[in-house]
Amino acid sequence: MKLRQIAVPVIAIVIFLVLWEALVWVMGWPNYKMASPSDLVPAYLRYWNLFLIMGWQTLWRTVIGLLVAIVFGTALGMIMGFSRTMRDALYPLLVGFNAIPKATVVPIIALMFVGLHDFNTVLIAFMISFFPIAVSVSIGLSTLEPEYRDILRSLGASQSTIFWKIALPKTLPEFFGALKVSVTLAFIGTNLMEIVSPHGRGLGALFDSGKTNSDYPLMFAVLIALAFLGIVLYYVVVALEKVFAGWAERAPG
Amino acid sequence: MTDLIQIKGVRHAYQTATGPLPVLDGLELSVPEGGFVAVVGPSGCGKSTLTRLVAGLMKPDQGEVWLHGERVKSPRSTVGMAFQNPVMLEWRTILKNVMLPLEIVPTKLSKAQQEERARYLLELVGLKGFEDKRPSELSGGMRQRASLCRALVHQPEVLILDEPFGALDAFTREDLWQIMHQVKAKEPFTGVLITHDLRESIFLADQVVVLSGRPARTQFTLDVPSDGPRHLDMLYTPEAADMLHTLRHQIEIAQGRTGAEALV
Repeated sequence: MKLRQIAVPVIAIVIFLVLWEALVWVMGWPNYKMASPSDLVPAYLRYWNLFLIMGWQTLWRTVIGLLVAIVFGTALGMIMGFSRTMRDALYPLLVGFNAIPKATVVPIIALMFVGLHDFNTVLIAFMISFFPIAVSVSIGLSTLEPEYRDILRSLGASQSTIFWKIALPKTLPEFFGALKVSVTLAFIGTNLMEIVSPHGRGLGALFDSGKTNSDYPLMFAVLIALAFLGIVLYYVVVALEKVFAGWAERAPG
Repeated sequence: MTDLIQIKGVRHAYQTATGPLPVLDGLELSVPEGGFVAVVGPSGCGKSTLTRLVAGLMKPDQGEVWLHGERVKSPRSTVGMAFQNPVMLEWRTILKNVMLPLEIVPTKLSKAQQEERARYLLELVGLKGFEDKRPSELSGGMRQRASLCRALVHQPEVLILDEPFGALDAFTREDLWQIMHQVKAKEPFTGVLITHDLRESIFLADQVVVLSGRPARTQFTLDVPSDGPRHLDMLYTPEAADMLHTLRHQIEIAQGRTGAEALV
């Protein structure tokens, strides 16, 4: 990676923080109205061990939820991609399910599996993030040009050979596009559950305790920590995309 | 000698919302071993259906398709196909694209021999030096040449070309016609070429078959006298002009434009 590729986003983040700091300073906001970046530093220093523990809990539950979403979403996408009937049958259900605000589902799930905090959190992360994956895989498979199929079928290849050699790799760019959306969605899901659940864990619970104790800089610090985790996971996906679907990227210009 | 490809009395209809749509009706076609037949006809007359029948990708409602004395009922690895869309696998290099059929078809060649054969074919079509490039780095004509190599790599008995040069510009197309002749000299095959281009049909094929409008039957057959290698100049001879004129006339009949007197 070139220096430029690292420097540009870092400079952009620094500029953002400076503007934020300046805005709070110029407006003269107290930190309970709007904390500034300089308020966050003491919050991180004071609670660094909590941030590590809670951050890890949020991260692993999000990643597990995302992995389940990948497996389930890909399987569902395959079913809908290969069968027109299944596509017609499942799309309305899927769209309807996705249209339900997950914030309303959180208390239902929390009651349904009361006490199973890890399970609930993973479940919501999964529920909120599988939709883009399922849709992209199904579209990728159903729009496979018939010639691609014919070129292998005319040689006597089986359906599964066609899937592994052509359909799957050809769908990867769409899949990774969807995964980038799903990553951020999964974080939203995890945090919804962490904030709403009594005796929750993770960064969401830390946010909630900041609220209870009127520690406003802590609340902002949690938001920034979440943003940081989101960025990290996003770039993990970008790196995987480079490895598995780097061919789809054209040289710019 | 029996013909390598024989199509006897084939009828086929597609099921549509408004009832069956007959596309082929009494199609007869035979291609001797090493022969190269071009099939021309109006748009939508069932030419592509014909290629799918020969490739065993579908079965006709009635009639028989024979390949090398065997009735075609399912896909067979002795067929190579190239389409108007070169269908390159973008995630593979050109070399790996060409080698794709060898991953499906049983082969006695070792990995090294497979690669050697793919490289040899790429050199034959003038793509030496592009083996490790991605398809997206190649022009349309080059992709089509790679597609041709892929269709030939497993030494198929029959090469089916479904308008392979249709999307190329005129000069690139002429280049590829000449490459086809070079390839056929080194790698003999029995070919069926579907095309809309009458000049292409007489330049490449030994026999041109005109199909009637839908539902298609064999309407007219023209033998192209062949004596050794052909050059593009051949297209500018009076004989070629006569052939083109005859074919043009037959196409008009197939399109139903000249009325009853033309059928005499």
